[in-house]
Amino acid sequence: MNASARRVAVLGGIRIPFARQNGPYARASNQDMLTATLEALVGKFSLEDETLGEVAAGGVLKHSRDFNLTRESVLGTRLNARTPAYDIQQACGTGLEAAILVANKIALGQIDSGIAGGFDTTSDAPIAVNEDLRRVLLELNRAKSNGARLKALAKVRPQQIVPQIPRNAEPRTGLSMGEHAAIMAKEWGIERGEQDELAVRSHRNLAAAYDTGFLDDLVVPFLGLERDQNLRPDTSVEKLARLKPVFGGEQGTMTAGNSTPLSDGASVVLLAGEEWAAAHELPVQAYIVDAQTAAVDHVHAREGLLMAPTYAVPRLLERNNLKLGDFDFYEIHEAFASQVLCTLKAWKDPVYCRERLGLDEPLGEIEVDKLNTHGGSLAAGHPFGATGGRIVASLAKTLKENGSGRGLISTCAAGGLGVTAIMEAA
Amino acid sequence: MSDRYQQLVNTPIGKIVSKQIGLPSPVTLERYERGQPVVSGPVLLGAAPGGKLARPTAKVLAAIDADVHTPLDEHVRTAAADARLEAKVWGPEAASEDQTFKALLFDASGIENSEHLRELWAFFAPTVRRVDKSGRVIVLGTTPADCKRRRQATAQRALEGFVRSIAKEVRRGATAQLIYIGSKAESRLESTLRFYLSPKSAYVSGQVVRIGATTFDADGIDWELPLSGKFALVTGASRGIGKAIAKVLARDGAHVIGLDVPGLQRELEETIGELGGSALVLDITDDDAPARIAGYVLEEHGGVDVVVHNAGVTRDKTLGRMDEDRWETVLQINLTAQERIDDELLAREAIRENGRIVCVSSMSGIAGNAGQTNYATSKAGVIGMVESMAATVGKKGLTINAVAPGFIETQMTAAMPIATREAGRRMNSLAQGGLPVDVAETIAWFASPASGGVNGNVIRVCGQSLIGA
Repeated sequence: MNASARRVAVLGGIRIPFARQNGPYARASNQDMLTATLEALVGKFSLEDETLGEVAAGGVLKHSRDFNLTRESVLGTRLNARTPAYDIQQACGTGLEAAILVANKIALGQIDSGIAGGFDTTSDAPIAVNEDLRRVLLELNRAKSNGARLKALAKVRPQQIVPQIPRNAEPRTGLSMGEHAAIMAKEWGIERGEQDELAVRSHRNLAAAYDTGFLDDLVVPFLGLERDQNLRPDTSVEKLARLKPVFGGEQGTMTAGNSTPLSDGASVVLLAGEEWAAAHELPVQAYIVDAQTAAVDHVHAREGLLMAPTYAVPRLLERNNLKLGDFDFYEIHEAFASQVLCTLKAWKDPVYCRERLGLDEPLGEIEVDKLNTHGGSLAAGHPFGATGGRIVASLAKTLKENGSGRGLISTCAAGGLGVTAIMEAA
Repeated sequence: MSDRYQQLVNTPIGKIVSKQIGLPSPVTLERYERGQPVVSGPVLLGAAPGGKLARPTAKVLAAIDADVHTPLDEHVRTAAADARLEAKVWGPEAASEDQTFKALLFDASGIENSEHLRELWAFFAPTVRRVDKSGRVIVLGTTPADCKRRRQATAQRALEGFVRSIAKEVRRGATAQLIYIGSKAESRLESTLRFYLSPKSAYVSGQVVRIGATTFDADGIDWELPLSGKFALVTGASRGIGKAIAKVLARDGAHVIGLDVPGLQRELEETIGELGGSALVLDITDDDAPARIAGYVLEEHGGVDVVVHNAGVTRDKTLGRMDEDRWETVLQINLTAQERIDDELLAREAIRENGRIVCVSSMSGIAGNAGQTNYATSKAGVIGMVESMAATVGKKGLTINAVAPGFIETQMTAAMPIATREAGRRMNSLAQGGLPVDVAETIAWFASPASGGVNGNVIRVCGQSLIGA
């Protein structure tokens, strides 16, 4: 990062427990969840009536009416109403990208403090009217006479009642995210057993994070839910082995147990310059050092849809003169266990590293004990926009408790995107 | 010449019937056509840890633009990366059932002792049934004589038994080969690997070739026209296998000097005329034949690059009934004349730098055959000639090798009694006879300027015949 830039402190974050689709948050809107989460952050850091530099947040599944959802949520909290806000969207990278945006403004001195966050509901999802019906209704709206209105209405057909429900599919390939991950898993020879093991470790780590109290000040109950609904502390490789494949056909290796479920939730983190933090007597947990996004060409070059972080991280490391092994903690978003395993295999594969990443030597390996030490998306669930905030807050606290060290965040996203960042203990 | 049984079992009904009653069902072997890729399907490359041949192999695979898969194993992936080979990853567990390979390649040179031979099982057991029609199994090892340690030499020698067995197990026209690489010969692999991977080696199976060091490298060679600018003398070139040899060498860019006896002058000139070569009419058993040949090639072409001793005859009789003339004719033409020609050409330095001598032995020369004491003696003598001359010519920068054809569909085999012919055709791993072009392609591989490391080898072109195996 630019030497003249200011250091960006992570002061802490909070989230609501993540719920499974059509679970306890079935009737909660994105705005309900974000407002509640922001309000919890206000309480945690005594931000009542505080005018912050900005609040940036976003989600993937949004109603078109919610164009200013984050601003509306801010207005629903005890933050000073003069706090600006905006919505962003970068698929599953939304939450982390929001943090990067706010951090960059702080680093440049444009603002002194800000909140970054994300949310998503797969339960209260927007449903669009059928495209044919939409055209008819727009024509009706344009009609100036009763006759023209009747003529437009006469075009309504029964089949137009079928609504358009958002699909979890890539627009340019027509394949679901899971099918893409299954292709990658096959390309990399990922086996069922290693995926299930990774999933079990995720559940055990998250369960331990609850049991040891690590998450006490990171998760605030919402609508009666106190822990992530998807968490199965007692799951095992044997139990997961019984599940049938859901992606990749009958011989597939990906199941509901080693893929993230559709979920609802929200998360936020408080970022600030050091002076602001000191003035508000808020201890710094960690610093955001640098960030990098990348994209793959999954359309023409048929690259693995979720492999973009493999490109982003080497650039990030090179710019910061670091090696893959130079981290104490790694937070790799577990969209699918297979995605994490593909990423790890790619980074230690001489062929991939040379031919795709242009490296003379493999990027390296990651010690599994340092990976997602307080659980990952497989256990917690993955409300698309909320995952970045969950990870930043969790890693900041992990670094704070460790007293020193460095952490790497890697998030894959739809559209062949990858968002990555480096954090350092305060 | 046509194999009616093979045609029959390859009809839709014939396929069903032969399968039901368990008859041999020879497939139509894929054969090389100009402009084809070396290998027409995915290739799986594996290696025992510590092997030194994965990297040169990967280099060749990159050069032929093969669609390569490898296990996600650091050794072989590093070799692939170093060779700039963008290999895909393959794991037996995650692979779909219908994934097949045109070739399985395994670098066994890392196998240090008999316990390490387990690596063969580990690589091939989950993959051998995925070999495509007319597919290839190729194992690369270290020449046992060049192994530094006793146990390593033992284990490397053991590869032969494995490869010869797998050659008998693979079906549908697939073949298996063992390539031994001697010390400092790792980079001399390419011409041999290309030959064995390609349909050019259609009728060669269960063979062992040894590649040694050479000072001639193949850099800049045009693999479509490897013999471009070269002169190749082929004896007995007017018909049969000799004609096929002339054609293939001409296809590879050589100017062919076809030689045959005066009685076949018209046929010779026709054959050679089509190829744009030169015809040389003489009887190789004449006293002055060696001098005339040497004089001709030196005067007309300034020397020769490839000499193919193809001319040969049979005069079959059991020994007790064999007159002296039968004995003498066969020995003179099949062996003595070749020795005299070689001696003259070498003495007058008529064979140019990086030149080749290629001989034609026979399955009978290896196994022996009733009624062919004369013929088998001459053809075993050809093997002896290869073995005795290899070191000498090698020092001059030349090579000498031989092919040993098995049952090749020619006018000669067409004239055989049906029982003998059918036995000859079916008693091999491919359950069919070879074609003259199969012998010719093997000779063209020996003849290639890139095959400088291939010296002193006898390669059978016999579909892994049971006879003499």
